[in-house]
Amino acid sequence: LTSLSFSCVRNSGICSCKCVKQPQMNEDLKEMLESNKESLKLEAMKRIVGLISKGKNASELFPAVVKNVASKNIELKKLVYVYLVRYAEEQQDLALLSISTFQRALKKEQLIEVIEKLLKDKSTLVAGSVVVAFEEVCPDRIDLIHKNFRKLCNLLVDVEEWGQVVIINMLTRYARTQFTSPWREDAMFDENNEKAFYDSDSEEKKGQADVKTYIMDPDHRLLLRNTKPLLQSRNTAVVMAVAQLYWHLAPKHEVSIVTKSLVRLLRSHRYIVVAFKHCYNLLSKQGMFEPYMKSFYVRSTDSTHIKTLKLEILTNLANEANISTILREFQTYVKSQDKAFAAATIQAIGRCATNISEVTDTCLNGLVLLLSNRDESVVAESVVVIKKLLQTQPNQHSDIISHMAKLFDNITVPMARASILWLMGEYCERVPKIAPDVLRKMAKTFTVEEDIVKLQTVNLAAKLFLTNSKQTKLLTQYILNLGKYDQNYDIRDRTRFIRQLIVPSEKSSTLNKYARRILLASKPAPVLESAFKDRDRFQLGTLSHSLNIKTSGYQELSEWPAVAPDPSVRNVEVIEPVKEWAPSVGKAKQSKSEDKFYSDDEEKEENASDSSSSDDSDSSSSSSEGLVLCFCFLVVITKQAFSLQPQSYQGNHTAWSGKMQRALFFRILSHTLIYSFISAFLMSCQVTTPSFGPMKTFELLHHMTGKGLSAKYHFPRQPCLYQPSMVSVQVILTNGSDHTLEEIHVGDRSPASLHIHCFNTIGEFLTVRSVPRCRAQDTCTSVQYWHLKLFCTKEDQFSVSIQPAVGELLMPSTMTEADFCKEQKKLLGMNETSATITMTTANTSSQTINKQVLSVANVGVAPSSQNNFHRFAGRTVSSGALVLVSLELKESSSALLTINTEKSIMASMLLQDLKQALTEA
Amino acid sequence: MIHSLFLINHTGDIFLEKHWKSVISRSVCDYFFEAKEKAEDPENVPPVLYTPHHYLVSIYRGKLFFLSVIQTEVSPLFVIEFLHRVADIFQDYFGECSEAVIKDNVVIVYALLEEMLDNGFPLATESNVLKEMIRPPTILRSVVNTLTGGSNVGDTLPAGQLSNIPWRRAGVKYTNNEAYFDVIEEIDAIVDKSGTTVFAEIQGVIEACVRLTGMPDLTLSFMNPRLLDDVSFHPCVRFKRWESERVLSFIPPDGNFRLMSYHVSSQNLVAIPVYVKQNISFLETGACGRLDITIGPKQTMGKMVEGLKVTIHMPKMVLSVNLTATQGTHTYDLTAKVLVWDVGKLNPQKLPNLRGSLSMQSGAPKPEDNPSINMDLKIQQLAISGLKVSRLDMHGEKYKPFKGVKYLTKAGKFQVRT
Repeated sequence: LTSLSFSCVRNSGICSCKCVKQPQMNEDLKEMLESNKESLKLEAMKRIVGLISKGKNASELFPAVVKNVASKNIELKKLVYVYLVRYAEEQQDLALLSISTFQRALKKEQLIEVIEKLLKDKSTLVAGSVVVAFEEVCPDRIDLIHKNFRKLCNLLVDVEEWGQVVIINMLTRYARTQFTSPWREDAMFDENNEKAFYDSDSEEKKGQADVKTYIMDPDHRLLLRNTKPLLQSRNTAVVMAVAQLYWHLAPKHEVSIVTKSLVRLLRSHRYIVVAFKHCYNLLSKQGMFEPYMKSFYVRSTDSTHIKTLKLEILTNLANEANISTILREFQTYVKSQDKAFAAATIQAIGRCATNISEVTDTCLNGLVLLLSNRDESVVAESVVVIKKLLQTQPNQHSDIISHMAKLFDNITVPMARASILWLMGEYCERVPKIAPDVLRKMAKTFTVEEDIVKLQTVNLAAKLFLTNSKQTKLLTQYILNLGKYDQNYDIRDRTRFIRQLIVPSEKSSTLNKYARRILLASKPAPVLESAFKDRDRFQLGTLSHSLNIKTSGYQELSEWPAVAPDPSVRNVEVIEPVKEWAPSVGKAKQSKSEDKFYSDDEEKEENASDSSSSDDSDSSSSSSEGLVLCFCFLVVITKQAFSLQPQSYQGNHTAWSGKMQRALFFRILSHTLIYSFISAFLMSCQVTTPSFGPMKTFELLHHMTGKGLSAKYHFPRQPCLYQPSMVSVQVILTNGSDHTLEEIHVGDRSPASLHIHCFNTIGEFLTVRSVPRCRAQDTCTSVQYWHLKLFCTKEDQFSVSIQPAVGELLMPSTMTEADFCKEQKKLLGMNETSATITMTTANTSSQTINKQVLSVANVGVAPSSQNNFHRFAGRTVSSGALVLVSLELKESSSALLTINTEKSIMASMLLQDLKQALTEA
Repeated sequence: MIHSLFLINHTGDIFLEKHWKSVISRSVCDYFFEAKEKAEDPENVPPVLYTPHHYLVSIYRGKLFFLSVIQTEVSPLFVIEFLHRVADIFQDYFGECSEAVIKDNVVIVYALLEEMLDNGFPLATESNVLKEMIRPPTILRSVVNTLTGGSNVGDTLPAGQLSNIPWRRAGVKYTNNEAYFDVIEEIDAIVDKSGTTVFAEIQGVIEACVRLTGMPDLTLSFMNPRLLDDVSFHPCVRFKRWESERVLSFIPPDGNFRLMSYHVSSQNLVAIPVYVKQNISFLETGACGRLDITIGPKQTMGKMVEGLKVTIHMPKMVLSVNLTATQGTHTYDLTAKVLVWDVGKLNPQKLPNLRGSLSMQSGAPKPEDNPSINMDLKIQQLAISGLKVSRLDMHGEKYKPFKGVKYLTKAGKFQVRT
């Protein structure tokens, strides 16, 4: 009795196959979507979601689906939303045409401003999301954290678990830049003595001039103290985050408190161990898990991954005290039916034997016993490990070597045979009777051996020839002859080499003298070490750490600073109720201007602030304001997204009950919003590459002439919000008088053809010396002065004029060198203006040239393959005509400056400006 | 953070995909399939893989791979934990987490995924919150929905999520107010051939079922809290009170949830409830072996041992078994080479015994090592660590709730080496 309503979805697999071949199936869905019945629409949407989940293409239904976004049925709406999110990218023209304009207007600076604002929020709901945003947008703006550090530490316990992870990781990075290293021997760590230290003991301390003593910064201690309880979180990611924080920040002796929790993690999901083997491995090297050693005992049902990791940890934990217990445990593992694991155990025994000299003999004896094991791979591994062990201390072990020689006939694994042969050769003088006999046997079977064994046989023959030529001369010659005609290139090569080296002849006399020293040189013992290399270059627990590669977006953990930066930056003053941000929205409230964005915002904002204050009575005022702030943006975004059908959207919007609307918005704002910003921002970054350079501010109105009102302007070089063909001019108004100025607005303008999209009338300008930013946008039809009348206080009016610098009427354009040359060739003759300039020698570095040019003109740097050639490209904002600037450096600091553009007047003016800038300074 | 999710069954078919950001082609899974091929056993697939443009983090649950695609640095554990939450939620909603069930409920699954992750960052992962938005399917509800055209999507939005206690919904009302706690302990142990305990420890959890009206504030205290060595809590538990007073103080979620999990350290002596006398031998000559297992009670604190079950993974060369049991039934899976003996209750007067011969592949060498014995058992009304709940107090509400505590001991990873 399965649900009928879902049966359609289950069948969608069949539907989808047909969809591809028969477009009328989709016609079907289209009809259903266009019908008047909600139930039909719903069913259609369910089927479509079924298609999407299978990865089938349902994009052609986009127009039909998008109409239903206005539906009142919540379930239908949600499904439409699922669809929209899936296809919005591919159907951008339809869905997000309008949002892209919005995205262009977003600037990183604004975003950071929002983040800075939200960081101040006291709500635990906001804290997590805003730190996520911070990490994605401006992780290097550590200065934004200072004031919020203590608050974040204190809120941490109550933040939702996923947010905790991000905050802890961020604070780890922060702490490494702000505090000095606690890893010192003379450190003082008493948790509670910070205050007392400063107060009562200060006089004594002065006398001692105790500069060396390390005292932990109280904030550093606060961070450690407040993260500690989170080790008790049920969320493994949180526990790991705290563990890595302690690892990177806590004094060495305190790190051990995390081990208990890490051992607990081992039991939560079996995968954790595997993903974090490197963490565990690193920590176990410090002997941190020693009390929990038995938790790492292997069970026969563990997967191979876990078995080898446990083995690794046990090996790391081994010391003089516990080695006998561990070896006893290892004996069980050697017998394991999982042969790969048994082999790994033998290697582990080898490592224990080299690390702990007391047990070397015991281990060696144990390994020799394993040589009579029935399993070949166990024997082979033992031989290899014994070989390595013997190399470290070959003196007293001739009995083991002879024992191995006895076993030689029964061992078939090539690597093991080769190892024994090598041992024979290397220590042939210790087993003078056995070694030649082994060689004799090898001579018989040489042709059927594996290559690796053949090579070692040749080696053995050579070494014996040098030490015991009387007995082995003939054997050696026989083997060398066999090797000479071997099929393998390497063996023929080796044979030829050995023959030349050891057999005396006229030509090779020089090398021959040294043959013994070459072949029988004492060889350095191998280092038996773990296959897991140390990975301390990455932050513990990160993706980069577990893969041991630097992943994209990884933020380096800095070294401790030698001297701590000023700790007072984290002091928080009483927060002023005045917000810089609010006025621009608030002012628009009074005047219903034509500016749609703001006026709409403001309605929503009112709703939002009402609702938040009534609903979240317990949350602080600052918090609700943060929410409101988000809210405004959200509305703008949603509006943009749905601007295809603004009417229906609004109708539907009001139909929602107040509570639901509020809840929905509040629920999504914490995440969706921030992310919309980020994605928007990231996209906008690709569209506009803001050129740098010092921003010049010009005076528009002096406060003496302006009766207290002064105005300055500059060109922010941002794309215009209203129309791409406009140039933004930012006008900063300052009220220098002690009275209120009212109704500041822009009046007549000349020339009449000048289009201005100016700021809204500023109703009241109350605050003395406050600096609101207003923005006027002007079309750039000409390069004449723009005359404006600035009205203020109803009757006063001031005539002002803005002198547009020609370079500001451009926008940067990105192009390749080839494109640049191609375009330049099209703009020759009348369209080319050039001048030879003399530059000061200090100016000839490409960096200064770029800086000088960019300070004059808003152009983009085009790549240039020649060092003496500098290219810049731009377009006029109004018409998009290309403006190409090239600068060719010649001998004796002269340079040829060329401008190619259709706009000849502009070209000559720009040439003048550039000339001035480049010859100056 | 988390970019996309693919659900893959054990044969390697991608049967569901969900993208939270831009769409990533299925072909990215090829790297995973390659690793899966190499690993042979699905459990051995590396959980973190990297491809030229993406990183793949996967878990294996209920014969399904949950494969997530990420593009930038994030703690892998973050992703793994989230994927487990997703699987837990499916389990919670549909009773099981299998391909068939997910395919049957694809719309609900999609709605859930949409709520759980917002633009790649976990949003609503609390089962209680999700259930308010998307109702779990029941037979009755689906019949009603079919007849009336209703849906599983709630028309209210969870009020709790934006409060300081996102795990509890507002306006809870019950006629019978009850709070039940199950203290469940598992013994993890390795016992060696001679019967001495190599290693033993106790993992415990307290599962709660709380149906209380309003906003009750509960305090649960123990007779012997010092016993608990390492604890982890549901987010509702106040850390500070535990640190200072060793009591659990919390405003509970509504319904079923895991209040805490704990660990009783191996420093304390762990009582092992049963002993196993075993003799498994493989003869050098002749293709056969002997098996003789007897189980008896050891430290049961006077309680009955139930649900006794023995599982042995035999070496590959054991072809078949010829055994007789004095109690219970036994089966031998010929392909997986697993012997299961379902004993049932342990009667101290008449100890259960399983004996007989094993027939081996002729010519195969005698196995190096004897197979180890995995035990399963249950003891009702006993927490083997000795942990006892002393009282439960409620503040903030006037009524008197029904209270109950149940204890249960189980075998966890209980292995006897032979």
